Amino acid sequence: MTIVFEKTKGLTDVQTHYCPGCTHGIVHRLVGEVLVELGVLDKAIGVAPVGCSVFAYNYFNCDMQQAAHGRAPAVATGIKRVHPDNFVFTYQGDGDLASIGTAEIVHAAHRGEKISTIFINNAIYGMTGGQMAPTTLIGQKATTAPLGRTEEHSGRPIKVSEMLATIHGAAFVERVAVNNPANIRKAKKAIKECFQIQLEGKGFGIVEVLSTCPTNWGLTAPEAMKWLEENMMPYYPLGNYRRPEEVE
Amino acid sequence: MAKGKVTFNEDICKGCGLCTTVCPVKILALDKTKINAKGYHPASVTDPEKCIGCANCATICPDVVITVERF
Repeated sequence: MTIVFEKTKGLTDVQTHYCPGCTHGIVHRLVGEVLVELGVLDKAIGVAPVGCSVFAYNYFNCDMQQAAHGRAPAVATGIKRVHPDNFVFTYQGDGDLASIGTAEIVHAAHRGEKISTIFINNAIYGMTGGQMAPTTLIGQKATTAPLGRTEEHSGRPIKVSEMLATIHGAAFVERVAVNNPANIRKAKKAIKECFQIQLEGKGFGIVEVLSTCPTNWGLTAPEAMKWLEENMMPYYPLGNYRRPEEVE
Repeated sequence: MAKGKVTFNEDICKGCGLCTTVCPVKILALDKTKINAKGYHPASVTDPEKCIGCANCATICPDVVITVERF
């Protein structure tokens, strides 16, 4: 009998505070597994955001720092420039990265900082109670858009991967989803490629992960996965938007 | 004869039910007769003999509750 799946050493034994069915847990595990498989767990430094994943420093089994809201790429820039031999990643949600932290992520990519970013897009503010995010879909209800988001009032949802793919310093940009086992395996592959690009010194990398928020969407965990597939995936197409060979 | 074996760390399960939706042989269900340390109905195996050890359940579990072995 061989063990084909067990908890990775990339995660601590601390149980997460996430709601039942929250996909943060899946993405945490993928990041932990990739850190171990690439052999960089000992030299990895992660930067946690503000948002539901603010306590990520308790869950990743590597050195962690926690940044002010949206400023994880700026903090990671400082860490990477002082410790160029360490592996530096940020883990951010859409309220953090796509709203208050837009300037930081755009300019970290623009400067071609050799850091990696995991961007969790669940189309809503989770921790603060389900407010509308820049990524909230048209018609989607939120506590600050009780009748659903309208284009007239709030514009169309921002597509972060497409935007960053136009920036020269961004060496790797890919959007994945964690709605089923097949996509979760693809997500892990993308995270691995993204992390490798930093290790090869090729520049900035980001993986946008379409995720769920069952609690604030008002759905059960399985229903939320279905909602992601039917509503988010058509507007946020999965796929690679940039690889190093396209940068030249 | 089972080809695989799944072990659940029941007390850390949050009862989200995602594993039950991805099992190709449909042998996972929330055990409504039990309440775990967190206060949820934990996921459990209804027919261990049918397990094929595909690890789909462990792949989608957000709380790393499941260990999978293959024969």
